[in-house]
Amino acid sequence: MKARVHISYKTGVLDPQGKAIGLTLANLGFAGVGDVRQGKLIELELAETNADKARVSVEAMCEKLLANTVIENYAIELDNE
Amino acid sequence: MKASVIVFPGSNCDRDIQVALANSMGGPVDMVWHGETEMAKTDLIVLPGGFSYGDYLRCGAMSARSPVMREVVARAEQGVAVLGICNGFQILLEAGLLPGALLLNAGRNFVCRDVNIRVENSQTPFTNGYEQGQVLRIPVAHHDGQYFADPDTLVELRAADRIAFRYCGVGGDEDGAAGPRDNPNGSIDDIAGIFNDRKTVLGLMPHPERAADPVHGGTDGRGLLASLVSALA
Repeated sequence: MKARVHISYKTGVLDPQGKAIGLTLANLGFAGVGDVRQGKLIELELAETNADKARVSVEAMCEKLLANTVIENYAIELDNE
Repeated sequence: MKASVIVFPGSNCDRDIQVALANSMGGPVDMVWHGETEMAKTDLIVLPGGFSYGDYLRCGAMSARSPVMREVVARAEQGVAVLGICNGFQILLEAGLLPGALLLNAGRNFVCRDVNIRVENSQTPFTNGYEQGQVLRIPVAHHDGQYFADPDTLVELRAADRIAFRYCGVGGDEDGAAGPRDNPNGSIDDIAGIFNDRKTVLGLMPHPERAADPVHGGTDGRGLLASLVSALA
């Protein structure tokens, strides 16, 4: 099973890279773009075939290493092909 | 007094702090590889500056989970003094020994220059050699030094005198906030360094070991090391 972990900054955390991307988009003439936030995508190949167990395991990975929950949120997407 | 410097793959200020500490202590300093699971008895543990693990995932994230850190956390809980400088500060935050996080500099640039910092609490093992409110000139060199903490944590840090140093102007700005050029990274409340609640753990972005010898161009950092020697010897 594949897992995708989307990591994004929490509201209120300044994201200077997102700001720079927003400014550059405006310079390129893209109007109407508001706040821009840059995150991370981590893809994991898991041996686990049970989706519930996989989710529990990936949540533990997020809490222990993949995300810093002081500043980041995470969302887990499981892909059972 | 015995001191140990932890060496991670990608640390690059480990020798600088080793030399500066040895000069202040008048004796040798142990170097401990990050893969070690045991450490000799020590009174001070230093996590040095650098780019441990190439700053992968987040600065300090990998190092905070390396084998030796279990021992560092255990010693810190026993009250052994722990000093984290720059990348070492990032590692202390990732390891949960200090609260908050360090984000990319607000100006997005790597900042490498001298800054002024004000001593906010001189009643600790790390700062007893300084005067309260003394302004120090010490270099910073980092890309991810913007201190961030949620409002509750900030209230707690202020109330318990856990803010060690604040960025400031040459004169110390006693009456107000630092100017935009004085705060090199956009840190919240101009915070340059913080203590744990017992004042036995200090993390800071500026590099005292780079201002510890006249040939460095300044010696304001030596007081921090001298404070530790007088407190722990």
